[in-house]
Amino acid sequence: MRRSSPNRRLLLLLPILGVLLLLTVVFSLLVGSSTLSIMDVLLSLTGKGADADTASIIVWRIRLPRALLAAAVGGTLSLGGLVFQARLRNPLAEPYILGISGGAAVGAIVAMLSGLAMFPGVTFSSFGGSMVVMVGVLLLARGRATGRSDSLLLAGVMLNAFCSACIMFLISLSDSAQVHHILFWLMGDLSMAEPRQMWLFLPLAACFLLIFAYARPMNILLTGEESAAALGLHLRSVTWILLGTTSFMVSLVVSQAGLVGFVGLVVPHFFRLLLGPDHRVLVPACILGGGAYLVLCDLLARSLPASGEMPVGVITAMIGAPLFVFMLWRARE
Amino acid sequence: MNGVIFDNITVTAGKKKILNGLSCTIRENDFLVIIGPNGAGKTTLLKVLCGLLPAASGTVHILGRPQEEYTRKKLAATVALVPQNMSLEFTFTVAETVLMGRAPHLGLLEQEQVEDYTIAGEAMRFTQVDHLADRRLDQLSGGERQRVMIARAICQQPRIMLLDEPTAALDPAHQLIVMQLMQRLRKEENITVIMVSHDLNLAALFGSRILLVQEGKDVVTGLPAEIMTPENLQQAYGCAMYIDTHPVTGTPRISLVPE
Repeated sequence: MRRSSPNRRLLLLLPILGVLLLLTVVFSLLVGSSTLSIMDVLLSLTGKGADADTASIIVWRIRLPRALLAAAVGGTLSLGGLVFQARLRNPLAEPYILGISGGAAVGAIVAMLSGLAMFPGVTFSSFGGSMVVMVGVLLLARGRATGRSDSLLLAGVMLNAFCSACIMFLISLSDSAQVHHILFWLMGDLSMAEPRQMWLFLPLAACFLLIFAYARPMNILLTGEESAAALGLHLRSVTWILLGTTSFMVSLVVSQAGLVGFVGLVVPHFFRLLLGPDHRVLVPACILGGGAYLVLCDLLARSLPASGEMPVGVITAMIGAPLFVFMLWRARE
Repeated sequence: MNGVIFDNITVTAGKKKILNGLSCTIRENDFLVIIGPNGAGKTTLLKVLCGLLPAASGTVHILGRPQEEYTRKKLAATVALVPQNMSLEFTFTVAETVLMGRAPHLGLLEQEQVEDYTIAGEAMRFTQVDHLADRRLDQLSGGERQRVMIARAICQQPRIMLLDEPTAALDPAHQLIVMQLMQRLRKEENITVIMVSHDLNLAALFGSRILLVQEGKDVVTGLPAEIMTPENLQQAYGCAMYIDTHPVTGTPRISLVPE
């Protein structure tokens, strides 16, 4: 038997995607309202520029945190999409489309309006919101129909609409200063990135590792629930671990960066076409590639407008929504 | 030694009893074919035997041990199931699919070793799908896909193999290939084969024993010649059947008799 080793593909893929992510991050440090040269950036990064230098302040306090937050959000949402698609065996499943991100947003807004701190208050309230919606979607589309696109999407769309109504209701109850903050955050905004948000990488890294450990069970899940159980997979525990971890990490990034849609659809779909369905390769590819994708989208969101910038969610939706329609059309064909 | 014993198995769905006190003893190395009309509970029985469905009451013993003593993985390493259908939404290659059969023998973080690849290669050669190793499952014919699923089950290195209508939707040549594969597995690998089938002639040709199930109960168990009688079949299926002897093999040959 010819040995098709995922390890060999990983060894080839990881450096390529790692360098790609690094390049996008470095490029995002150069581009902005004040143009910096590569030397300015390098001096700032290596600590050789004077601390008070404008370049150092721009790099360390504004652009690097923003690029790293974009990479974390992109990697997380891509991986979230990949996990949902594997567990539900549905190529259209994604945290944003299924309303999981919406649920996280409702939870986060409730916590914000209650005056809770970003961590643990907002984060855990956001996690609670995402879990409620996830369980709701699964219950509404349960049984034989769980794997079917239509029932899942309908359940997701319905709960997403309900979450949107909740968000508008909550906003209408709040005062003007809070409304401004919440609206900006809701649109998928990375401009509020700060160095102190970098703690985010620790729990996210733990979630990434846990999901990577379940890469082979995710492969087996793609063959169908009965088939997976017949191969010794404990469906209930694997489901709770995968979907619980995913909801947690998605709610973490939603509480930090708001609603960024369709990343979990575009990136896994692209890598699946390029690399095949093996999750031992797809999980790292989605983390690194999704990170690079959102850094690039954020770069576009900062560069395209004649003045100011637009929320990154606008760019990801403009790329993702047509792809979603195309995939829906192809699924019906 | 007994391969599988199930005693007084009951499975309910709501108020309906799908299996209603089903019992049977299957010896090691038997080729048991389960026959019976639609809705008799044949597939449900297979699911109970491989632990996919809990029985409301009754006991199952696998190789002399109660089924509850097996962990999910240990059971999968002992009893392999070839399901009737497989999801083709995201498709792997033949080689990747067959290699998944090693899952019950691997830890969560354990990678497949050379030995696992060797076992998968042998399973593909046994079922004659090795030349398709790099093809995707959705590019195969029904017969080829069925052989791949059998190869995956062989890769689990089970002692007992369960098959749910493996010849449904296959042409006669492919039906014969699949049934002869089962016969070889039994003879060469000493695997106990339990198969659900609607094809009474294939059941009579290849089964060493037949279990006739009706309305969730075991009607009768025995050798093909004992079970395949006009009375038994008419009572189970509700239609007349003519039975004579196969001119080549000497096994019962079943023909439908139109009214």
